[in-house]
Amino acid sequence: MAFQGTKINPKRFDKSQLKFYAFLVPMALFMVLPVVYIVNQAFKPLDELFMFPPRFFVLKPTLKNFIDLWRTSSTTGVPMTRYLFNSIVATTITVFASMLVTAGAAYVLSKKKFKSKNWLFSINQIALMFVPIAVAIPRYLIIKQTGLTDNFLAHILPALAMPVGLFLVKQFMDQVPDAVIEAARLDGANDWQILIKIVIPLVKPALATVGILTFQASWNATEASSLYIADETLKNFAFYLSSLTNASNAIAGVGMAAAAGLIMFLPNLIIFILLQSKVMNTMSHSGIK
Amino acid sequence: MIVGKFNQLKSSIRRKRENGTLNDAISVFLLLLPYALMFSLFVAIPVAIAIGLSLTYFNSIQAPEFQGLLNYITLLTQDEIFLKYVLPNTFKYALLVGPGGYFLSFLLAWMLAQIQSKARTVLALALYTPSMVGGVFISVVWRTLFSGSESGYINALLIQWGWITKPIQFLQDPAYLMNIMIVVGLWSAMGIGFLAMLAGILNTNEELYEAAYIDGIKNKFQEVIYITIPSMHSQMLFGAVMAIVGAFNSGWIGVALSGSNPTPQYAGQLIINHIEDYGFQRYEMGYAAAISVALLLMVWGFSKLAYRLFSDRD
Repeated sequence: MAFQGTKINPKRFDKSQLKFYAFLVPMALFMVLPVVYIVNQAFKPLDELFMFPPRFFVLKPTLKNFIDLWRTSSTTGVPMTRYLFNSIVATTITVFASMLVTAGAAYVLSKKKFKSKNWLFSINQIALMFVPIAVAIPRYLIIKQTGLTDNFLAHILPALAMPVGLFLVKQFMDQVPDAVIEAARLDGANDWQILIKIVIPLVKPALATVGILTFQASWNATEASSLYIADETLKNFAFYLSSLTNASNAIAGVGMAAAAGLIMFLPNLIIFILLQSKVMNTMSHSGIK
Repeated sequence: MIVGKFNQLKSSIRRKRENGTLNDAISVFLLLLPYALMFSLFVAIPVAIAIGLSLTYFNSIQAPEFQGLLNYITLLTQDEIFLKYVLPNTFKYALLVGPGGYFLSFLLAWMLAQIQSKARTVLALALYTPSMVGGVFISVVWRTLFSGSESGYINALLIQWGWITKPIQFLQDPAYLMNIMIVVGLWSAMGIGFLAMLAGILNTNEELYEAAYIDGIKNKFQEVIYITIPSMHSQMLFGAVMAIVGAFNSGWIGVALSGSNPTPQYAGQLIINHIEDYGFQRYEMGYAAAISVALLLMVWGFSKLAYRLFSDRD
């Protein structure tokens, strides 16, 4: 008897798929259009920004908003480029540090044998439910006690403990057969060599996923800049963008805020597109047992 | 937390020295240390401090003063704003954006699995786009769209279509704020849980479907209920936990949209904003901590429910 149902992951287009497109395409448009609108805003000259009725798409695109934004500085005289520089440095360090820290911990929890292993992993699994903003106050107290206020590390350290990241990498690492590691051990490799030369290359997709999630968290974060750091020269770009939109000079700010928003958005998009197949690969091992 | 872990490792080191596997113990310890340290400092200890502070009066200047469960009693009996606005708002928002967003994620992921891969990649990217941008970007986008002036895009559209004659202050009007928050919440709800469920559906065994049709399954709905969901319930659970956490985590949205805390007439006041209101504006840290603990308990309760529904174990 021939297979009657329509298949999951079909190879070809079929008329029966139209009903799905009829729902998916409008939903996708709803998701993307607000972003497309901001992108257009970023390239609009002043008269188009305040045109009535407003147009969705830009007529005469200009880079003026970006040039204005590039030249601006905060009310305290710190130039915009400084915030952008801080964001780039903080995010780069955070992403790589987070991948290393997570890989190390996941290797231990997945491949080593010791007594409290399962207990530690279940603590981490409970922490999947953790809502960081709920404990903003205790976090603030800890930052103060450890002397991290007005320290650039306040951008980096809190982002390194990402329960979801450890969870995903550990689940993915469980797929690496123990025999591979045993073979390396018999050849005389120690844990560090095994981790760096064998395990990390095998779990690259999961680490890429951690990289993306850390990137999103760190690049978009305003928590450290608004709560832990008072020194303007150490604050990041996301914070600068939020201060742009809150500023009283809202009229001049609309175009610049859109331009800044676009600068915030583009790296997110590019990195996700580059790594999306790795993310999907990781996600197929994401189940909570 | 750290001390406990350290002691456990110390005693295991003693045992392992006898087995000649001391090196092993040292590398376990060193590899785990950075994560464990950051986890303790920024996740575990903050939760412990929140629980501790919630039992005190603490204004951040004088030392905390123990007062038992008074904060919780006040929260549940005296705090009119909490009971009248914050709690109902939080439940409304969390239920619509949490389970609502979760259902939508699953539905969209399932539909994506029914179309061919090139179109699927593009559409999935579009659906995930709002989740990759942060809070600041989200508020820039929606504040621009719902701007209260004539050049605000939504207002202009409505005026053009003749539905209204003068612009509505969407973000300042209590009648609209909550609904806009829910739309924005759902807009950014197709996150990592959505990707997990999409991967889960794509990985289900095709033979299962064929077998099920031979066994008499008749339509897509039965297929989803009897094959798809059972064979990916671990991803369903992951998605559910992510949806719940996401819904509570996005609680800052009302303040970001309206630009003030408290939100106009408390219309968009959620529990997160209530914590900030007390913690960072009135400096009643003990009371704010009690609200934090209440929030963590809510998330935990909802997640427990999700485990009940999808877990393997029972």
